[in-house]
Amino acid sequence: MTPTAPWQGEMASAPDALSIRDLDVAYRVRGKVRQVLRGLSFQVGRGESYGLVGESGCGKSTVALAIVRYLARNGRVRAGRILLDGRDLLALGEADLRKLRATAVSMVYQDPGRALNPSLRVGAQVAEVFRLQGMPQAEALDRAAAMLARVQIADPSSVMGRYPHQLSGGMQQRVAIAMALAINPKLLILDEPTTGLDATVEAEVLDLIARLRGEFATSILFISHNLAVIARMCDRVGVLYAGLLVEEGGTRELFDNPRHPYTVGLLRCLPRRGRRKDHGRLDTIPGLLPPPGADIAGCVFAERCAHADEYCRAVEPPLYDLGGRASRCHYHERAPDLPRATPSDPAAPIAVDREERPVLRTQRLAKTFAAGGHAVHALSAISLELWSGETLGLVGESGSGKTTLARLLLGLIEADGGSVIELDGGQLPAAIDRRTPDQVKALQIVFQNPDSALNRSHTVRHLIGRALAKLARVPAPQQLERLLAFTRAVRLADRYLAVRPRQLSGGLKQRVAIARAFAGEPRIVVCDEPTSALDVSVQAAILNLLADLQATRRVSYVFISHDLGTVRYISDRIAVLYLGRLMELGPAEQVFRGPHHPYTEALLSAVPSLDGSVTERIRLKGDIPSAIRPPSGCVFHTRCPRKLGSICEDQEPPLIEAEAGHAIRCHIQARDLQRERPAPMPAEAPAS
Amino acid sequence: MSTLRAIPRRLLLSLITLWILSVIVFIGAQLLPGDVGRAILGPLADPRAVANLNHELGVDRPLLVQYWSWISHFATGDMGMSYTMRAPIAPFIATALGNSLKLAAVAFVLVVPLAIFGGVIAALNVGRPLDRIITVLGLSATVVPEFVSGIVLILIFGVWLRVLPINANWPPDAGPLTQVYYLLLPSLPLFLVLFGYIARMARAGTVEALDADYTRTAVLKGLPPRTVLWRHVLRNALLPTITVIATQVGYLIGGLVVVEVLFHYQGIGSLIYVAARSKDFPTLEAGVLTVGIIYTVATLAADVLTSMLNPRVRLGAAA
Repeated sequence: MTPTAPWQGEMASAPDALSIRDLDVAYRVRGKVRQVLRGLSFQVGRGESYGLVGESGCGKSTVALAIVRYLARNGRVRAGRILLDGRDLLALGEADLRKLRATAVSMVYQDPGRALNPSLRVGAQVAEVFRLQGMPQAEALDRAAAMLARVQIADPSSVMGRYPHQLSGGMQQRVAIAMALAINPKLLILDEPTTGLDATVEAEVLDLIARLRGEFATSILFISHNLAVIARMCDRVGVLYAGLLVEEGGTRELFDNPRHPYTVGLLRCLPRRGRRKDHGRLDTIPGLLPPPGADIAGCVFAERCAHADEYCRAVEPPLYDLGGRASRCHYHERAPDLPRATPSDPAAPIAVDREERPVLRTQRLAKTFAAGGHAVHALSAISLELWSGETLGLVGESGSGKTTLARLLLGLIEADGGSVIELDGGQLPAAIDRRTPDQVKALQIVFQNPDSALNRSHTVRHLIGRALAKLARVPAPQQLERLLAFTRAVRLADRYLAVRPRQLSGGLKQRVAIARAFAGEPRIVVCDEPTSALDVSVQAAILNLLADLQATRRVSYVFISHDLGTVRYISDRIAVLYLGRLMELGPAEQVFRGPHHPYTEALLSAVPSLDGSVTERIRLKGDIPSAIRPPSGCVFHTRCPRKLGSICEDQEPPLIEAEAGHAIRCHIQARDLQRERPAPMPAEAPAS
Repeated sequence: MSTLRAIPRRLLLSLITLWILSVIVFIGAQLLPGDVGRAILGPLADPRAVANLNHELGVDRPLLVQYWSWISHFATGDMGMSYTMRAPIAPFIATALGNSLKLAAVAFVLVVPLAIFGGVIAALNVGRPLDRIITVLGLSATVVPEFVSGIVLILIFGVWLRVLPINANWPPDAGPLTQVYYLLLPSLPLFLVLFGYIARMARAGTVEALDADYTRTAVLKGLPPRTVLWRHVLRNALLPTITVIATQVGYLIGGLVVVEVLFHYQGIGSLIYVAARSKDFPTLEAGVLTVGIIYTVATLAADVLTSMLNPRVRLGAAA
């Protein structure tokens, strides 16, 4: 790095808000230097919102942390320059750096609950920013309250007196944004600011950021794995792969007409434009991200690219300037024609016969928890049917009862008296320890986090073999044969059999978990956010696998996800839950197309879309109410944008069939629920 | 779940613990070999006199009756009569407890600030030589028993350097400062035992807090390092340490037998020790049970203190 005086920069014209030049960052891990960013260059213009996308491990967060100079202890900037408003950040001394952080750059990141100090009141934490500017305490508190009002916190003075844990996730993130914007920074870095929040809350936070961007003259660096969020929020996008910027361009043209095979692949992995499993498989990106620090000759993406040839593997492509946009691909003009990695050939759709007896049926399924002397009504009177070979998607915000329902079905928790669960027409005992081995075998689960579901000290062979022995009671001599049949069915190479889970990637672990769940030839598999922790390319492969297994084995799924695009892709029917009540139940297409329950409508309108079309958002007031004291009448009336009047407060509406097989729990007539304007259909889904 | 709401339950559990302790102590005392009257009157006394004395003391009654009579009196503050001193036990216990508290207080005042300071310094230099030195020294000191460290300290400070008195008993009419001076050497072994323990907790808490997202938030606000450390890091880092410290109060008062005996100090530990040697069962039982009560109360107080300091526990989750 050439030494540069702090204020010596691009002084000729007004400098970019952020300019990164040839940035090399490496982490030292067990004595080895692992390069994470390789000669990264990009600029964020004044007032611009620049998005950085890429899958986990590509170096997104390292960029953010390098800019604020908060790299982990073992991380080091080895070369390059970072100019913030023309000032060379890397040349700043401690005092100047502090001053810069206090005046020019702020950052908001994932998990606001952890970003706020748990033992300081919210007011004190926000006021601290103003105190640092030399304001007296009283004035700082006034300014803090004003700032909280600007991030649309309804009652700032009461929120100021609370501790972070007393606020909802959305409120916490508003507070974090208020603190970040309090200094009116030149650059605001947002690192996955809405990841982990509910879709409705995410939409609110994104609305807020978009609005504040107009109010404050701030430039934004927006980092996310979620392409749709980037599409909604950013003017320009950079696609990061293995620490390299592989493509850059205006958001619209880059997403509509990608010119790098990686971007092409990422976009194809998403279940977009209402794509469903019977339309064919999702495309995938084969292979894995090269490990950090890998020595790569030629193109970093060559290993996974269908276009790659000897030239790609030998000569590293430069960032070709394509006029206002750039691609690091020798064959950028051919990128959109990238052959599919996974053939589409739609699996022969299973004919689900809803005349026959459902494989699973619940009647008045309810669960009340006792918590601190209160009764918490987690789930009330859920009556559902699930037929052989179909997928029932469960959607709803956190706290809606999705996971409780799954656990009740599995018998992991016991349903309240009066609840009925039937398997193949026979009553299923509520608790798992009173179910017969065959009944236990019939209902299996795949969790969100395969790490916690798989015993770390056992090999893959042992994990699946044990499930075969326990669930399928396969005698030892035939076990290996069956084991291999299963691992091949989940497309797990034989060489992984001797490996322990920690040596596997997230996607491979989820395959092991799926093989384990299928070992006993279950009738029903509950999938609880099975792809939420996975990158989009891996998610696509898992969704394909689930669809294939369903087509060949006629298994039924209860599929829980907060990602509506995924739910739409895999589900035949969808159940919408709110505060433990079934608000809507119907065929997937009809639930998405409408007429909708007002809550479903709000959920759908919250999903950002990749084509950048902004549908009119339906905003829900406030947070999901407490299940200890659910609202009277219709539980949704406190937040409903289409509340009729006192009838909603007094009477719980029945679940009425709006059309054949499509029921909605609302006092509004079905024909009035279909709005005049085009229904806010998420044409495309987020990448999460 | 609020811990505060669980206090009545904890209180009940503490009472049960103490009751079990009283039974164990009582039975244990019965199991010690030897006849009480014989032990008091000596091997040459007339068997009839021994029997008379046993009757007088009530030790010839059924065990259950003896236990009930002892525990019901104890509950009202009547600890009974000492066999050897032929006087009510309560005043002895009170005096001894007062002395033990003084010793514990001196040790406490020395160890707590220094151990926290050491732990925080280690955390701020995590992985560097200073961290290793503090951690390793603290750990080594913790595993050395008090009678070993005590003797070494007596040799160094009392015999070779002659800077500290090796007998903890201060002269009559000594002022508070003189008393502290006499208690310095006895409190050092306790210091060594506790230092490593508390420092480790402080270090672990600080390391965790330094890595926390909220600390990053504070640094990125541009706050000066001192503000980050005091307002953001330590406030969260030391909560678990405070719990550990409060729990150690029980040890400091109850675990002083070795140190008190070693330094000839008239605390509750040496009272128990002397009572055990002279088969003075009522004093032994009263002493052990008193220590048990103090231990239990200290632990309970530690829990309540932690709940009060932690807003997440104190205020519960969002409504």
